[in-house]
Amino acid sequence: MDFLDEPFPDVGTYEDFHTIDWLREKSRDTDRHRKITSKSKESIWEFIKSLLDAWSGWVVMLLIGLLAGTLAGVIDLAVDWMTDLKEGVCLSAFWYSHEQCCWTSNETTFEDRDKCPLWQKWSELLVNQSEGASAYIVNYLMYILWALLFAFLAVSLVRVFAPYACGSGIPEIKTILSGFIIRGYLGKWTLLIKTVTLVLVVSSGLSLGKEGPLVHVACCCGNFFSSLFSKYSKNEGKRREVLSAAAAAGVSVAFGAPIGGVLFSLEEVSYYFPLKTLWRSFFAALVAAFTLRSINPFGNSRLVLFYVEYHTPWYMAELFPFILLGVFGGLWGTLFTRCNIAWCRRRKTTRLGKYPVLEVIVVTAITAIIAYPNPYTRQSTSELISELFNDCGALESSQLCDYINDPNMTRPVDDIPDRPAGVGVYTAMWQLALALIFKIVITIFTFGMKIPSGLFIPSMAVGAMAGRMVGIGVEQLAYHHHDWIIFRNWCRPGADCVTPGLYAMVGAAACLGGVTRMTVSLVVIMFELTGGLEYIVPLMAAAVTSKWVADAFGKEGIYEAHIHLNGYPFLDVKDEFTHRTLATDVMRPRRGEPPLSVLTQDSMTVEDVETLIKETDYNGFPVVVSRDSERLIGFAQRRELILAIKNARQRQEGIVSNSIMYFTEEPPELPANSPHPLKLRRILNLSPFTVTDHTPMETVVDIFRKLGLRQCLVTRSGRLLGIITKKDVLRHMAQMANQDPESIMFN
Amino acid sequence: MPSLCWGLLRLGSVLGVSCLALSSLVQLTAAAKNFEDVRCKCICPPYKDNPGHIYNKNISQKDCDCLHVVDPMPVLGPDVEAYCLRCECKYEERSSVTIKVTIIIYLSILGLLLLYMVYLTLVEPILKRRLFGHSQLIQSEDDIGDHQPFANAHDVLARSRSRPNVLNKVEYAQQRWKLQVQEQRKSVFDRHVVLS
Repeated sequence: MDFLDEPFPDVGTYEDFHTIDWLREKSRDTDRHRKITSKSKESIWEFIKSLLDAWSGWVVMLLIGLLAGTLAGVIDLAVDWMTDLKEGVCLSAFWYSHEQCCWTSNETTFEDRDKCPLWQKWSELLVNQSEGASAYIVNYLMYILWALLFAFLAVSLVRVFAPYACGSGIPEIKTILSGFIIRGYLGKWTLLIKTVTLVLVVSSGLSLGKEGPLVHVACCCGNFFSSLFSKYSKNEGKRREVLSAAAAAGVSVAFGAPIGGVLFSLEEVSYYFPLKTLWRSFFAALVAAFTLRSINPFGNSRLVLFYVEYHTPWYMAELFPFILLGVFGGLWGTLFTRCNIAWCRRRKTTRLGKYPVLEVIVVTAITAIIAYPNPYTRQSTSELISELFNDCGALESSQLCDYINDPNMTRPVDDIPDRPAGVGVYTAMWQLALALIFKIVITIFTFGMKIPSGLFIPSMAVGAMAGRMVGIGVEQLAYHHHDWIIFRNWCRPGADCVTPGLYAMVGAAACLGGVTRMTVSLVVIMFELTGGLEYIVPLMAAAVTSKWVADAFGKEGIYEAHIHLNGYPFLDVKDEFTHRTLATDVMRPRRGEPPLSVLTQDSMTVEDVETLIKETDYNGFPVVVSRDSERLIGFAQRRELILAIKNARQRQEGIVSNSIMYFTEEPPELPANSPHPLKLRRILNLSPFTVTDHTPMETVVDIFRKLGLRQCLVTRSGRLLGIITKKDVLRHMAQMANQDPESIMFN
Repeated sequence: MPSLCWGLLRLGSVLGVSCLALSSLVQLTAAAKNFEDVRCKCICPPYKDNPGHIYNKNISQKDCDCLHVVDPMPVLGPDVEAYCLRCECKYEERSSVTIKVTIIIYLSILGLLLLYMVYLTLVEPILKRRLFGHSQLIQSEDDIGDHQPFANAHDVLARSRSRPNVLNKVEYAQQRWKLQVQEQRKSVFDRHVVLS
């Protein structure tokens, strides 16, 4: 790309879709720190600069927290308004959602809590009717039209401005944090488009959530602020510390769970997580949560729409249905992962992938057409979860709480013991069952389309629906059969024993754990959502059961599965390598392959090296003493060789194609009239990692993981035998696990 | 030197914008106490012959209870206590200014993006075609093939290298951005290499 005429990139930046060298970044940071410390003793100004350098980390965290909280508040408010726009509009001020429009009205009654004259549905505005068949049809059509409009705008914006803004973002961020470079993935346009289109897709009623994309948005903020400080912008390793903390802030504003956010970043997203990052992540998460709270999107100082506050106790006998819900969560997680990966693979390889815009529109149309008739899928998924989590008090007027009340009662209604279900509850049960099946099917096709899409909310909705149905079932069973052994001890007639809302929470946690395989972070997020420490044991029981059941079918969660589908070079720390292979089995060149391409220390000309670079596409070359002795000196990177030769040809005198290239301190002995030799010692890495050929692969994989290596040289009695790259390690692991080794694409 | 100025300009503009955003945010949260934005909401279920009712009143948080808000009281004398026991009162506040400003800012950003998108995909190719004639069109269509936005970025870049001034710098940066987006679009949408 010569015509781009980019400014001359300095040695040390990485190419797109390559892995960074963690050791070199760490040593560069140590050098910088040492230089600043030694200079700080010289003058007051240098001392102040060293203080600013030390504090720049905290300033970056503060800025990330502020911006992430602000963006999350904007997203929440805009989603609230645009979701209601599908159903009607507020006449007094068009920017109010349904709830905000009726806030000051005096005409709301107990039975019709949602109606007020200022909020008009589309049927009332267009055909002047609010009940009846024509009103229903007009509302239906307007709902579908708005949903299609939002989805079309979203996919067009993504396609034209920022194609990297599609998908969840978490698999790619996991890969980036492990050392991979994807230029532009965390850029400013990606940030803007992802924020704007996230509002559009969530409002269009598609079966997706906003938590995963919020992590991506927060990491974009982190990338943006770290580029303002040279301590982070020039060092890819330090930048990833900031990105880990930004991911924690993202989850914190999505769920209102700062501690859960830090644990999520630690468990799911980050690769290297030093203790310093833990404290800074917590600070960023707290600042983000505080900023979101001060914007106050939900009008009641709560950070999340489904914060519940009841403290009814649970009983040991209820652990049995909780474990059943855990099994359901694990089974659903396995089903979803397998089906979704199969569908995404089909999208990737067949003609289906050539029509992304059409695919989004068709899926939105199907979702809107099927979702509107069922009241539980018509409302937004967050509101559905909130309704399912809530306990039925006297003041709830929803269908789920339509129990038969004894008309002769004297005590207040919410002190009533268990009651038989009324007609409304039965209607709600089969509507929930239909909604459950619909959500399970449609989410498989929605996740992975070319729009920002998250997974958390749909999984929680599936689990909450299943949990609530089980809860109502257990409650009615306890009411009608007080005399059974299991109910006799703890559920006497006249006692309020079963809380279906708790079953919904446990179900949500089980399904979320089954899909993502989160453990500690899931439980902490759920109890930060509910505010009650009493329910830790049921949540843990369900989460552990769902993880066991899901792990019995396959080791990978949805994010690892997507990483494998894309072929990213991600060496998972959770995988265990237990095979007895040795380094010789994996190293290149194998038997029958051409010999290793090496550079000699002082006997190759510039032209030889250029030919070697042009003919091969290796990322680096080992440097040996000579072709006979093959004793290893060091390792030279391809990119740095190209830059150094180009630099030398332009700037240095007398460098021609016949000049000898040498890596030693002193130039070699040359005849009198030979051209000026080229010294390239400064680009040579004199301490490449080497293992002997009999090193077990277990140790080699461990070294790659713990040090973040890109390649490792194999020697025997001092002589260079071959090279093992990260791609070879990943392919070998895939081969051992009977997967397709050719699916690893990047280096 | 020019890269340093450019970098300083970017840093200054970013800091300025973030200061503006922060100050407006602070002002918004301070101005949140609009008269109509606080209320105490009491929901009272049906009791004996009285139907259920919802009462709203603008009142401070310490006075937010049944006796202050339910007015006129539908029951008399000793029934008042029983009635009030069933009522649930909650103090709520919101910031209508925040909602209004957020929605309007979001809609304006969305509108600007849509206009820019329409310009880039529909208007600009027509303008370029009219200004630069048929030969350029053939060259750019050979390069790209199907109808992608930013199809003419290559030749515009080649031409714009000669004259360095501010307007050209902006156009040069824009063309570089277009090329990056085109590369991203190829890897995501066409070759399905990333983000399958």
